[in-house]
Amino acid sequence: MIAEALLGGFASAPTASARVFRAALEAMARPGTIWTVEGAAPPAPLSIAAGALVLTLCDGTTPLHLGASLDTPVLRDWITFHTGAPLVAAKAAQFALGTWADLMPVTRFAVGLPDYPDRSATLIVEMPDLGPHGPRLTGPGIATEAHLTLPETAAFRANRALFPLGFDTYLTCGNRIAGLPRTTHVEAV
Amino acid sequence: MIANEPEKNERQIWMGLLARAAPERLQALLQDLPPHTLLRGPEVGAVMVRGRVGGTGVPFNLGEMTVTRCTVQLADGPAGHAHIQGRDKRHAVRAAVVDALMQTDRAYALRAGVLEPLAAHETATRALRAAKAAATKVEFFTLARGEDA
Repeated sequence: MIAEALLGGFASAPTASARVFRAALEAMARPGTIWTVEGAAPPAPLSIAAGALVLTLCDGTTPLHLGASLDTPVLRDWITFHTGAPLVAAKAAQFALGTWADLMPVTRFAVGLPDYPDRSATLIVEMPDLGPHGPRLTGPGIATEAHLTLPETAAFRANRALFPLGFDTYLTCGNRIAGLPRTTHVEAV
Repeated sequence: MIANEPEKNERQIWMGLLARAAPERLQALLQDLPPHTLLRGPEVGAVMVRGRVGGTGVPFNLGEMTVTRCTVQLADGPAGHAHIQGRDKRHAVRAAVVDALMQTDRAYALRAGVLEPLAAHETATRALRAAKAAATKVEFFTLARGEDA
């Protein structure tokens, strides 16, 4: 019988991944905006948006860390079959996938080196809710201010203080994504 | 044939046979494909081929090879995989469909109709090539010379 792990990839990888990549670029360039993506149907409990980001951003050269609540055999097989990304511990990961509770403490993840700030992790955080309300965001890519539901503010403030080092974050919920780069100032309201 | 090659299971044997078959020969043997959906690919990529000097030495990278892979699912269940040399996507799809069909109750008919003719042709081609090569074989021999005695 067919394994669930083989299903749910992009029907047309070149066009679908280009669309998702555009949404991911826009989300990261304009923190606080929310974009919808489609095309992926990952096995539960992974959301469509997180699955689409993994299919688009990960391949055999990008080590991925899987959070404890998502670390199921089916999901491991799905990621391996569709992307070939090696699944690694938090310290070695270029991408990390999980709920905020899975990814804590986020200080485990790579923040880059002073000479190579790009050698940092990108977190894909599964959110129970995602909307334009909550903590205030200011900084590059935001005209005046934006609001976004965040799991907490202290970790992102600490991350901002590391600039130009630090991790970047995607927040996903259902088929919606938002980006929170390391440049954004986060204030609780 | 390499002497210490690990024993292959049946599926490896037929997947290898399908991958090595000439695309037009496979197409002639199996004209119409049953309904299927493409789960991954067909997509073209490169794999690094590695070798060992003398079959036992330290591995070295021989070079990259173009490979097309495909995974299909038949309407009634099983999934089939294919990796073929080159960039013939239709061949990859056809080989993957045959791999899937071999897991259904059509396996017996398919073995007689597709796999056995392919295997027979491959054996004949190999035998012909070996015979041609054998005809050029030179027997070296040395005459005993006086000073060696």
